[in-house]
Amino acid sequence: MEWQALYLSLRLSFWTTLILLAIGLPAAHWLTFSRRRWKFLVEAVVALPLVLPPTVLGFYILLAIGPHSPVGRLYAALTGGMLPFSFQGLLVASVLYSLPFAVQPFASGFAAVDRKLIEASWCLGISRAATFFRVIVPLSIPSIVTGMILSFAHTLGEFGVVLMVGGNLAGITRTVSISIYDDVQALDYRAAMHTSLLLLGISFLVLAATYGLRRRVWAVWPPYGE
Amino acid sequence: MANELSVDVRKRHAGGPEITAALRLPLGMHSVMVLFGPSGAGKTTVLRLIAGLDTPDSGSIRCGDEVWYDGARATSRINMAPQHRRVGYLSQDYALFPHLTVRGNVAYGAHGWAVDGLLARFGLSELADRHPRQLSGGQLQRVALARALAAHPRLLLLDEPLSALDAPTRLRMRGDLRQLLAGVQMPAIVVTHDRTEALALGDSIAIMIDGKLRQAGAVESVFDCPVDADVAAAVGVETICPARVVWRSAGLVTVEIAHARLVAVDIGDPSTDVFACIRAESVTIERNPSGNPTSARNHLPARIVSVIPEGPLARVTLDCGFRLNAIVTRQSEEEMRLREGELVTAVVKATSIRIVPRG
Repeated sequence: MEWQALYLSLRLSFWTTLILLAIGLPAAHWLTFSRRRWKFLVEAVVALPLVLPPTVLGFYILLAIGPHSPVGRLYAALTGGMLPFSFQGLLVASVLYSLPFAVQPFASGFAAVDRKLIEASWCLGISRAATFFRVIVPLSIPSIVTGMILSFAHTLGEFGVVLMVGGNLAGITRTVSISIYDDVQALDYRAAMHTSLLLLGISFLVLAATYGLRRRVWAVWPPYGE
Repeated sequence: MANELSVDVRKRHAGGPEITAALRLPLGMHSVMVLFGPSGAGKTTVLRLIAGLDTPDSGSIRCGDEVWYDGARATSRINMAPQHRRVGYLSQDYALFPHLTVRGNVAYGAHGWAVDGLLARFGLSELADRHPRQLSGGQLQRVALARALAAHPRLLLLDEPLSALDAPTRLRMRGDLRQLLAGVQMPAIVVTHDRTEALALGDSIAIMIDGKLRQAGAVESVFDCPVDADVAAAVGVETICPARVVWRSAGLVTVEIAHARLVAVDIGDPSTDVFACIRAESVTIERNPSGNPTSARNHLPARIVSVIPEGPLARVTLDCGFRLNAIVTRQSEEEMRLREGELVTAVVKATSIRIVPRG
């Protein structure tokens, strides 16, 4: 079994989830409360990774972060390195690929917060930003946790995008799903089975936890009147 | 600029009626204005416009020397955010933060107020560490009021403050709320569709019907002297009959309803098509005309249509050529043995009939 690949996958999932938390919360807030007419376009863009083949997404990301692209040149000027076939490049791709898995649960959580509570906070003199952190986020904890778990799990299992952007460099970009592919190519079915079983177990646990949360089995704060 | 809240706004929700309201409320002293009217009249919308939670289509809202909203110039419209208006807004179900304790709720927007003092004053010290879901309706209301006051508002806006309570609590809280409002010495606008609440809480009243503010003034004067038939119906006048003026003299007016004639006090309106408004409690029922002269001007032969007991009272519907509602005590009803179909005399003083113009 490829412990190095598993460790890399976990590290990638961890950082992806953390970055998605930072990007996803404001993005979901905007998507929930903005009254712009062209909001639906942004919603569609955020949801694109759900339907796009990973190879297509990976291909465009590869072009976008390549050494001749503006992003690639900027990155090279700042760090002296290159994004494709590096852990950082993988991270950029993972964040984009898992964006809907974070933003959609966050947004549905925010939308479920009683509008009257938000208005009550405004009337008490609390700014919109402070209301977000003092009322909306605390009341959306289950949805935020759901979004984080889904992002983590989705990144753990990604294959196509990683292959396109990161290639297969041991310890740098060879994630656990790619190592399984390698094992099968090398006809090492035993190693592939071990790794697959581990991934299956982790994925099942993560999803069971998510659905448990959805059913409010672990509701952090039961609603009024219960 | 006068130290008052002055509101003059228009607002149309998609698919709804246009709501217009113009009202004034003195600031810096305790006075409760009741915004009264049937459900769907636009009362809550007016409150939300004042709080800044909705934006008017046009008009202006001023509070003392501050301009909260001015839609006069389309290019440089002024619309102050609710955060800066300093109004204590209580929505119908109080909207307490479920994830915070009572203390957390009261301290949420606190400005230079000792939260503990406020908790003690509202009898909430014992409950400080509980969550809203563990409180009764009356307690929730006190927390909501304390939370609003902690933010140091200059004006309180209460939307149906008693409607979320069960009937016995509502009765008790009506008196408590009046005392609490008087205790904090703050101007307040209270929305209600309940007449007894309006009478119990208000110093002044503004009647809203179908999105329009129809009459405003001291509570007694509006209840006693409605300006038109809609307002009369809204404030609960039981008998409102179309009538025709047949005679005017010496401050009195004689009107004809069907074949019956009534004498009423002339309010000086020249119309001949009018409504006669008569409250049920000002109709007296007599069994046998005594023949003795009485001060009441109107004695109408009537047939009893129905007698419906209502607790200690009985509501009697009479047919005098038109339907006239009377209310008597159960005791008189039993002593007089009022039964359906019997003939009696309805007695109404001229001063108890309010004539309002029709159309």
